[in-house]
Amino acid sequence: MNKFILSTALLALTAGGALAQDVVRMGTEGAYPPYNFIDDNGEVAGFERDLGDEICARAELTCEWVTNDWDSIIPNLVSGNYDTIIAGMSITDERDEVIDFTQDYYPPTASIYLAMDEGVDLTGGVVAAQANTIQAGYVAETGATLLEFATGEETIAAVKNGEADAVFADMDFLLPFTEDGELMAVGEEVPLGGGIGMGLRESDSELKDKFDAAITSMKEDGSLNALLDEYFGEGTGTY
Amino acid sequence: MFDFCADPDLLEGGRWLACYMSTPKHMMFYQSFGLVILLMLITAPIALGAGFLGALASRSHLAPLRWLGKGYTSIVRGVPDIAFFLFVPLALDQGLEYLRHKVKCPDWDAPIRQGSDFVVCAEAKLPLSSTPQAWHELYGVALAIVAFAFVFGAFAAFVLSGAMNAVPRAQLETAEAYGMSRAQVTRRILVPQMWIYALPGLSNLWMILIKATPLLFLLGVEDVVYWARELGGSKTSAYSYPHPDWRLWYFLALLVFYLGVTRLSEIAFGRLTRRLSRGQATAQGMKEVHKGAPA
Repeated sequence: MNKFILSTALLALTAGGALAQDVVRMGTEGAYPPYNFIDDNGEVAGFERDLGDEICARAELTCEWVTNDWDSIIPNLVSGNYDTIIAGMSITDERDEVIDFTQDYYPPTASIYLAMDEGVDLTGGVVAAQANTIQAGYVAETGATLLEFATGEETIAAVKNGEADAVFADMDFLLPFTEDGELMAVGEEVPLGGGIGMGLRESDSELKDKFDAAITSMKEDGSLNALLDEYFGEGTGTY
Repeated sequence: MFDFCADPDLLEGGRWLACYMSTPKHMMFYQSFGLVILLMLITAPIALGAGFLGALASRSHLAPLRWLGKGYTSIVRGVPDIAFFLFVPLALDQGLEYLRHKVKCPDWDAPIRQGSDFVVCAEAKLPLSSTPQAWHELYGVALAIVAFAFVFGAFAAFVLSGAMNAVPRAQLETAEAYGMSRAQVTRRILVPQMWIYALPGLSNLWMILIKATPLLFLLGVEDVVYWARELGGSKTSAYSYPHPDWRLWYFLALLVFYLGVTRLSEIAFGRLTRRLSRGQATAQGMKEVHKGAPA
């Protein structure tokens, strides 16, 4: 973290006469570990923090992190409160109509169900999911009763207190919640979405090109694979 | 904060709790209580001022001014608060950016609304994207204060104009008989005497204002509710201090905080009522006389 502060300070110094546009505000949710979360120092941390800082360094941009609720993360990008969404957002056609995406920095992901016991009915029961996610869309199609919540945290709580039979979300988000033995993964893994990318305003194609170039260079030299393996286990990075 | 907090994994019991409660993240939680109190203390006088102007306007002899005052109170009182809390900051922000854009970037030829995007030039952004995050947050709080003052001002205007009507007509007539002008009557007789009639309504509004502060959370301000939810949520091993869902305890702390603030306010308003009742021709004022308080 200190290293980051130092490097931003250095960047700010060397870019003394740079224009205001050179500060890129990175919008994230801050409630989706291990992708992004607020650590005990009150700072944004996680896979996307490390990735975003590296991308900004490669694109020679000064970046600042801001958090925003998942529900309003796209409207606030569009109205210019920050310049990019880097929040574990899957690339989908519906979102692509409103905003632009860079190429993916995480391959298409698997989603899983978590429940208190093995025998729950995943297609007829009540399944919790975070609102406005691809997982919520999927649950609605399976015939299960969809119970939506604003944060991932609340979907877990809903299963634990019996409000929902199961929760459906991204595998990397859910698996750490099985550690205490109360919840377990049930059913099959479901591949969803077109990978995770950074979201940008459609009018911001210059910034998009810069980010795309930085992600490409991280894919080429293997540093993105190393970062993926570090956070999500060996073999996740397949670029 | 403490020396023994270096490695959270090795801690147990009281020490773990001490370290946990003193993380920088918890410090932000404690500070947010100050933020909420500060917001109430700043908002209340502004709302009262707006209400006072609104009340005077709705009593004005000039028809346009009267329409403005009446329109303000009836529109705001008739629309759900939450709609205004979400609308005012957004409209204000885009309105200001639009004006700055027109002034600072006259050569800009691209449209401001591109589909769903609201695009102004970088120099017109409020605050500039190069300013530190702290200023962005302060700007958000300032917009919230305006929204709160706007909504509560309308209610205050209604309370104050009711209080102005409650001042005994005889008092005003006497002043007129002394040859005071309408403005003088208002300034010297009406306004000093109306407060005691306005106080029950205003204290009610203050209580509602206190209880409305969690709406800050909806405006994206990192207030007590934000931090309680953020800290209370179950923490996996990605965090230094993993724990199950503790939101119940954090929200219990908020409950105690709000009860404490409202109780203190009740005591303060009680004293203020006694003070303002002195020498008034009201039941409370008579009681004060019998107690032998100086009239």
